[in-house]
Amino acid sequence: MPELEVKHVNVYYGTNHVLQDISMTIEAHTVTALIGPSGCGKSTFLRLFNRMNDFISDFRYEGSILIQGQDIYAPQQAVEELRKRVGMVFQRPNPFPKSIYDNVTYGLVLQGVRSKAVLDEVVEKSLRQAALWEEVKNDLRKSALALSGGQQQRLCIARVLAVEPHILLMDEPASALDPISTAKIEELIYDLKQQYTILIVTHNMQQAGRVSDKTAFFNYGHLIEYDDTGRLFTQPSHEQTQNYITGRFG
Amino acid sequence: MKQRERLIEALLALSAGISVLTTGGIIVMLAVEAAHFFRQVPLGTFLTDTQWTPLFADKHFGILPLVAGTLLTTGVAIAVALPLGLIIAIYLNEYATVGFRNVIKPLLEVLAAVPTVVYGFFALTVVTPFLQRLIPSMAGFNALSAGSVMGIMILPLVSSLSEDALTAVPRALREASYALGATRLQTAMRVVVPAASSGITVSVILAISRAVGETMIVAIAAGQEPRLTANPLVPVETITTYIVQVSSGDVAYGTLEYDTIFAAGITLFILTLVLNNVGYWFRQKFREQYE
Amino acid sequence: MSNMTRNRLLDGAFRAVGLLATMLGLLLLAVFLLDILRTGLGRLNWQFLSALPSRFPERAGIYTALLGTVWIMVLTALIAVPVGLAAGVYLEEYGRKSRWSALLEINITNLAGVPSVIYGLLGLNIFVRFLRMGSSVLAASCTLALLILPILIVATREAIRAVPKTLREASFALGATRWQTIWYQVLPASMGGILTGIILALSRAVGETAPLLVLGVLAYVPFAPKSPLDEFSALPVQIFNWISRPQQAFSFNAAAAIIVLLLITFGLNGLAIFLRNRWRRHLP
Ligand SMILES: Nc1ncnc2c1ncn2[C@@H]1O[C@H](COP(=O)(O)OP(=O)(O)OP(=O)(O)O)[C@@H](O)[C@H]1O
Ligand SMILES: [Mg+2]
Repeated sequence: MPELEVKHVNVYYGTNHVLQDISMTIEAHTVTALIGPSGCGKSTFLRLFNRMNDFISDFRYEGSILIQGQDIYAPQQAVEELRKRVGMVFQRPNPFPKSIYDNVTYGLVLQGVRSKAVLDEVVEKSLRQAALWEEVKNDLRKSALALSGGQQQRLCIARVLAVEPHILLMDEPASALDPISTAKIEELIYDLKQQYTILIVTHNMQQAGRVSDKTAFFNYGHLIEYDDTGRLFTQPSHEQTQNYITGRFG
Repeated sequence: MKQRERLIEALLALSAGISVLTTGGIIVMLAVEAAHFFRQVPLGTFLTDTQWTPLFADKHFGILPLVAGTLLTTGVAIAVALPLGLIIAIYLNEYATVGFRNVIKPLLEVLAAVPTVVYGFFALTVVTPFLQRLIPSMAGFNALSAGSVMGIMILPLVSSLSEDALTAVPRALREASYALGATRLQTAMRVVVPAASSGITVSVILAISRAVGETMIVAIAAGQEPRLTANPLVPVETITTYIVQVSSGDVAYGTLEYDTIFAAGITLFILTLVLNNVGYWFRQKFREQYE
Repeated sequence: MSNMTRNRLLDGAFRAVGLLATMLGLLLLAVFLLDILRTGLGRLNWQFLSALPSRFPERAGIYTALLGTVWIMVLTALIAVPVGLAAGVYLEEYGRKSRWSALLEINITNLAGVPSVIYGLLGLNIFVRFLRMGSSVLAASCTLALLILPILIVATREAIRAVPKTLREASFALGATRWQTIWYQVLPASMGGILTGIILALSRAVGETAPLLVLGVLAYVPFAPKSPLDEFSALPVQIFNWISRPQQAFSFNAAAAIIVLLLITFGLNGLAIFLRNRWRRHLP
C-alpha cells in the first residue's frame, strides 16, 4: 500500500478553483519536491495533508486523500491525531516565544507527557536529529527567539520530530535562510528520509534536484507532470515543464 | 493672508491648550483645597486612622475605610469582568465565525453605552433581591451586587481590549501550534494568551481604573457607610460615593467637613492617575513588541 | 489516545462555555431592559412627560428634568464641539512631533481617564463658585464639555487621519494654504467620523449623573430653564433622586424615566452607528 494516495482532488476558495483534479501516489521514505510558479497551488496542496486549510472559511474540497489507506477527511478522523502523524515546517521559522526546551517539548506536553526524564530524552534526540544539539545544548532554557534564523528553523524541525510523525510537510523551509543554513537543512532532509516520508515545496530547482526522489510540477492548479526527479529535469515530457525548469517563465 | 493663517493656527493651539488647562485646573484645585484640609488633619492620621466619620460628633479622618470600600467593589467587578471578558475575547477571536463576531461585538458595546445611574437601578432592584435569595444574610446595600453590576459595565472594555491583544499575536504561531496537533483551546491557552499577556494586563489595569472612578452604581447599591472590611455582603462606602454624598448634601462650604471631599478627591485622582499611566506605559511597550 | 479524547472534550466544553459567556452579557442586558419596561411602562404617559416634579409619586413628572437635559445637551455641544474640533485639528495637522504635542498627547490620554466626579469637583470650584454661575445650566454644560473634550479630540483626530494624503497634496499643489486645505478638503472629507464622534460624546454627556450631583443640581426644580443661567434639573439626577426614595411608587417613576433616558442614549448611539456605516461607504 502506498503511503499517500491523492484521488481526483479539487480545491476551491470560494469560487476560485485553485486545484483541479489532482491524482498522485507517494511511496513511503521518499522525498517529493513540489515545484511551480507562484500562486499555482503548491502550498494549498501541501496543507491538504494536515488539513491546515480547514481554517480558511471559504475553503471547499472534493475527492479523497488517503494516508496508509485511510481517508483523512472522513468524518470520524480527529484532526489533532492526523496532525501528530503529519508534521509541518513552515516557510518562515515560527518558534514560540518560549524557551528552546519548551518549544521542543510542546507537542508532547499537549499529549499529556509530563515525565521529565522522557521529555529530556526527547529534547536531546530531536535536537540531535535536527543537527542543532551541539549549538544549544548548554542553553536549553534560553528563549528560542534569541537564536539565528537558521537555528530557529532547525528548532522548528526538531519541534516537529519530537512528536514522531510519519510524514513531513515542508513549505519552502529554506527560502528565508542564508546558503550555509540552507545546506544544513538539505543535509537534514537527506538524513531524515530514512524514517520519514517528505513533501517539500521549493522554488529552487537545484535544491529540488539535490534532495528529492520525485518531483511534481504544478501550473495554474493543474498537476502538469509528476516523475522521477532525474527524468523530469533532464527529459521533461511537457513543454510547460521544460520552460519552467529552464527559467523561461514563472 | 499670512497673518490670517497665523491667527487661525494660534486659535487652534489655544483650543488644544484648554485640555492642558483642564489638567492644570484639576491638579491646582485639588491641591489648594486639600491643603486646607491637611492643615487641620495630619497626613499620617489621614492615611492610618481606621475610621472615617467627619460628619459625626466624634470625628475621625482616616481614608482607609473609603479606600477599602473602593477596592472591594472594584475587586468584585474585576472578578466578574476579567474571566468573563477574557473568555469572550478568546471565544470571539479563536472560535467564532467572522459573521457571528460582527454581530456580537456591537451588541456587547451597548453594555458600555448604558448610563451608570441606570445600572445602579438594576443593581438595587434586580441583582440585590436575586442575590439575597441565594445569600439571605446579605444586606440591602452591599459591595457584591454593586461590584458585579459594575463588572458587567466594564465587560466590553475588558473583552475588546483583550481581543485587540489576541489579534495582534501572529498567525504563524497559531499555525505552528495547530500543526503539532493542538486543539483550539490548547493553542489559545498555551500560545496565544501568553503571547498576548501584556496587552491583557493593559485591559485589566484600565478596567480597574474605570471601576475605581465609577460613582453612580456604588452610590446607589453599595451603601453609604464607611467601613474597613473585606466582607462583600455588608454596606460600604467608596471614595466616589462619599464625594457625591457630601457635595450634594447640606454641609456648609468652607468648613473642615466640606474640605474632606477634596482630600478624598485627591486620593481618587492619584489612584486613577497612577493606574492610567501604568496602563499607558504598558501599552506602548506591548505595541513595540510586534512592530 | 485517551489523552486526545480528553483534549477534544475540553475543547468542546470551552466552545460551549465561550458561547455561554458571550451570551451572558447580552442575556443580562435583555433581562434588565425587560425588567425596566415591565416596571416603568405603566407609568409612562403624557401626564408623566408633562407634569412638574412633586412629592406625590402619582403626580410627579419629568417635564423640567427632560427640558433641562435638552438644554444641557445643546449647550454642551455648542461649547465642546468647536473647541474639540479645533484641538483635534491642531494636534493632527499642526502640532506634529514637537515636545509640546507629546505633552498634549499624554495629557489627553490622562484626561480621558479622570473619573467624572473629579470633573464635578473642578466645575464646582471654577464655574459654580469662582465664576459665580451657581448650579446653572451653563455651569453644568461647561463641566460636561470639559468631560467630553478628550473623547471629541480623539474622534476628530482619528477621522482626520483616515483622510488620504493625496487629497491634501492635491490641494496644496493648487496653491491652497494650510487652513484652506483643512477647511475645504480635510474637514468635509472627515465629517462622517467627526459627526459620529460628536454624537457618541453627547450620548455620554446625557447620561452623566455624578458631576451634576457634585455641582449641586437638584431634582426638585419646579420650572423649566429659560436662560443658561437658570437653575435646572436633569433626567439622570431625577432618576437618582427617585431611586433613593424608599416608597415603591417612586421606583415606578424611576423606571419610566429610565425608559426615556435610554431612548435618548440608544437613539444617539444608533444614529452614530448609522452615520458611521453611511459615511464609510462614501469613502474612496
Ligand atoms: N486563504 C486564502 N483565501 C483565498 N484564496 C487563497 C488563500 N490562500 C491562497 N489563495 C489562492 O489560492 C491560489 C494558490 O495559492 P497557494 O498559496 O497555494 O500558491 P503557492 O503555489 O504556494 O504560491 P507561492 O509559491 O507564492 O507560495 C492562489 O491563487 C491564491 O491567491
Ligand atoms: Mg506557497
